[in-house]
Amino acid sequence: MNKRLKLFIPVAIFLMMAGFLLFGLTRDPNVVPSALEGRPLPDFTRPSLFADQGEFSKADFLGDILLVNIWGSWCIPCHVEHPFFLELTENEPDITLLGLSYDDSMAEDRLFLEERGNPFDVNMVDLGGSLRIDLGVTGAPETFLVDKNGMILYRHIGVINNTIWNETFMPLLEQIR
Amino acid sequence: MTMTSKSLLALLLLSLVAPVFGAIAEYSFDSEAEEERFKKLTYEMRCPKCLNSNLAGSDAPIAADLRNEIYNQVREGRTNDEIIEFMSSRYGDFILYRPRLTFATFFLWFGPAILLVAGFVIVRRVMVSSQAQQGTETTLSTDEQERLSRLLGDKQD
Amino acid sequence: MIPELGNFALVLALSLSLLLGVLPMLGVYRNNHLLMSLSRPLCAGIWVFMLVSFGCLAHAFLTDDFSVAYVARNSNTLLPEIYKFTAVWGGHEGSLLLWVLMVASWTYAVSLFSRNLPLDILARVLSVMGIISVSFLLFMLLTSNPFDRLMLNTPSEGTDLNPLLQDFGLIVHPPFLYMGYVGFSVAYSFAIAALLTGKLDGAWARWTRPWTNLAWAFLTIGIALGSWWAYYELGWGGWWFWDPTENVAFMPWLVGTALIHSLAVTEKRGVFKSWTVLLAIAAFSLSLLGTFIIRSGLITSVHAFAVDPERGMVLLTILLIVIGASLFLYALRAPVVKGTASYTITSREVFLLINNILLVVSTAGILLGTLYPLIHEAINGESNMVSVGPPYFNTIFLPLMALLTVFLTIGSIARWKNTSVDYLKNQLFKVAIASVVLGIIVPLAVTGEVNVAIMLAVALALWIVLGIARDIWEKTSNKVSRINGLKSLSLSYYGMQIAHLGMAVIILGICLTSHYSIERDVRLAPGESIEIGKYEFVFEGVTRQPGPNYEADAGEVSVLRNGEAYLTLYPEKRSYFATGSVQTEADIDVGFFRDLFAALGDPRADGAWVVRLHVKPFVFWIWLGAFLMAGGGVTAILDKRYRVRQQRTEHVESVSQAGDLPLPENA
Repeated sequence: MNKRLKLFIPVAIFLMMAGFLLFGLTRDPNVVPSALEGRPLPDFTRPSLFADQGEFSKADFLGDILLVNIWGSWCIPCHVEHPFFLELTENEPDITLLGLSYDDSMAEDRLFLEERGNPFDVNMVDLGGSLRIDLGVTGAPETFLVDKNGMILYRHIGVINNTIWNETFMPLLEQIR
Repeated sequence: MTMTSKSLLALLLLSLVAPVFGAIAEYSFDSEAEEERFKKLTYEMRCPKCLNSNLAGSDAPIAADLRNEIYNQVREGRTNDEIIEFMSSRYGDFILYRPRLTFATFFLWFGPAILLVAGFVIVRRVMVSSQAQQGTETTLSTDEQERLSRLLGDKQD
Repeated sequence: MIPELGNFALVLALSLSLLLGVLPMLGVYRNNHLLMSLSRPLCAGIWVFMLVSFGCLAHAFLTDDFSVAYVARNSNTLLPEIYKFTAVWGGHEGSLLLWVLMVASWTYAVSLFSRNLPLDILARVLSVMGIISVSFLLFMLLTSNPFDRLMLNTPSEGTDLNPLLQDFGLIVHPPFLYMGYVGFSVAYSFAIAALLTGKLDGAWARWTRPWTNLAWAFLTIGIALGSWWAYYELGWGGWWFWDPTENVAFMPWLVGTALIHSLAVTEKRGVFKSWTVLLAIAAFSLSLLGTFIIRSGLITSVHAFAVDPERGMVLLTILLIVIGASLFLYALRAPVVKGTASYTITSREVFLLINNILLVVSTAGILLGTLYPLIHEAINGESNMVSVGPPYFNTIFLPLMALLTVFLTIGSIARWKNTSVDYLKNQLFKVAIASVVLGIIVPLAVTGEVNVAIMLAVALALWIVLGIARDIWEKTSNKVSRINGLKSLSLSYYGMQIAHLGMAVIILGICLTSHYSIERDVRLAPGESIEIGKYEFVFEGVTRQPGPNYEADAGEVSVLRNGEAYLTLYPEKRSYFATGSVQTEADIDVGFFRDLFAALGDPRADGAWVVRLHVKPFVFWIWLGAFLMAGGGVTAILDKRYRVRQQRTEHVESVSQAGDLPLPENA
């Protein structure tokens, strides 16, 4: 290669890198999509949060659009999200809202729902904690949108509000309704 | 490379990167090998929620949960590969600090070695051409020699 | 009033920087002596205004002026005075101001200490540094002004400095780090000047070397301080995580190391000129890349400044201009004609070339690993993101460093231009044997175990140390006396050996602490204890104690050594009032041969706590080695050849033409 031409290699490498950096500026590095998107909801059988109300399994929810919300009374952002779900469960009757709580805060969670209202159609406790891991949950609040065939469409980390619901969830819902 | 030297190299590299977390004493192990496995796995997996921290060093609840899970699986006798597969199928390759060797990461893992080889090719070329130049080097005349020493000042430094 | 003054000072600094960027350069091309000599006073003016600006911001902090938004975000009335001062650089805007102050300081220093530089070269160098100042001042004034006010809703209290930063580390780490980062801009500017003049010779290298060594020394200390700070502050005894923010400081350091060695070759032998210029551009470019990555929201790290991508765009533009244009200039103007000097296969030139290649490949590897998640996402989409962490970086970096160490000793003994293989063998054969044999025996004798990594580390460290001893012995053997011999060796030579010794110390520190640290997390009730090695740690309990802006759970851990009372450690868990955040403050007893480390975990029932206890052998050697390296770098520039006196000025022009001829051999 011509000697002079070789000297352009550094600037070429730099421009290539700058291209990637520019791409980097357009996305948020803290948004990590779930590995389960496009895969089936894991099989599970878990008890209800409320005593003497039996167990639930995956099979119970096939055929319904399912919104699984991982929450806890100890989770402050969940308190912020709570009113949104109260409204949602009224406005979207065809969506089954499933609240999945942690097994070390059951009493406090029950109290929270009694005092502030229960938006969830189903309340489940992740006894043993392995469903959370199977779902790839990283914390609370997290919400999974599952279609009628039990396929996970989307996982949202953090609080959902009207804006997020309209911009992110509604388009997906239109596809599966 | 022969099998033995390959495994020696692997051993060498592994020992160079040997993780150093002590047992979290609330976990007890039957053998040192088990403990080493636990340390290696928790050291080389990323906390899914934290700002760039491994499972061993994170205070986040999810990290604690995942450490427990890894502990249980190590005690059950699952292999490292099985545990890694378990975690990455749930949390994505994002959770692995040691990227898998795939088509996409080929250049990541082998790039530096390729660059090193290229570098040594350059060194060789430079050496060869400078050897060739040795024969053509001109020497200074006495006048030039004197002028040179004047220019450089009196002392040799 | 004072914040307004500070803002105005920034504007004045910008105006002067614009003049500095333009006028002297104009003077060069118009051959106008007046315009060129304007550069010096302009530098002084910029520096003064930056000091004023800094002073104003410091004043705002020290008087709790929460009408300044930046002060409100980073301070608190209860914050101790010293941290109020250092909070000036505790956040994005203020640290940027510190950055620009550093640029101004280095620029001013270059203008002061360049009496022997021809005016046209100085003018070019200072103009380029002026342009750098302009870019960052514009960035500050347009997007990140520390003097933005909250006049309408002035808060009565600030949100407090991040408790992690309320520490001695904040006092020292950023200033040293920025001195290093920014210091490479001097070498960069000299490189640009050389490309512009077309004159790339031994004299150019001689001018550039002291500045580069100094910047490198500062960066060495800055990185070491950062690592040390993470070690004792983050509460779990680690000191290097290959975090992107650590990597972006480390890469300029690696290239800087290559640069100081390459400059040696160019100065002495007039070869590798084009390569040295490229390295000078690369070192500062990597500094800028680091600034960009940390402040643009590109990566996830606890150390990243919380800034938005809009600022990132402006920074990227600065990068494109400064780095892109300089690399383009390089492609157009770098000399294609090689130096006429020749050298054999076993000459020092070749070994330094190998040094450079190993360092540059290491840098490339780290850069690749740091940016790979981003590249992977760009190509494959965000559906399967990858992470690249310590397993990758260690695998790539450590073998390269081991190789570097092998060549280090050979290279420092080899002579310029031509070294006979016999000479090398003579000098080093016994050293090699001794290193390998002792490397195997000593660890075996001390620990009774076979540990390949430790043996390798000991062997490599001995290879360096014994090599140094051998060379000094050799160089002092034909003198009147050994002492005389030692006195005859130059500071430049001593600097080299001290720095290399530092490398040996660091190798030992890193390997020994990585393998022999013992760490235990245990639940202890008051009175209970645990044994680690020859130490017994007795947990005495925890009491509540108030602090200036926090309340602490103060623990007490008595340490016995070999059964006898030895010392006490006081780890704390602090709750800061303003933010409510809880901070673990470890207590470390620093020793030359080992650190004892105690930190509080979580409380359990009945006064018991989970306590973290570490015994970390030789970790101090890591910081010691780094300081030795920095010390060596500084020692080298104190050499008399850099203290050129006024009478040599007239020789400079002619020397620069003679620069391509082989110079006398030197150690």
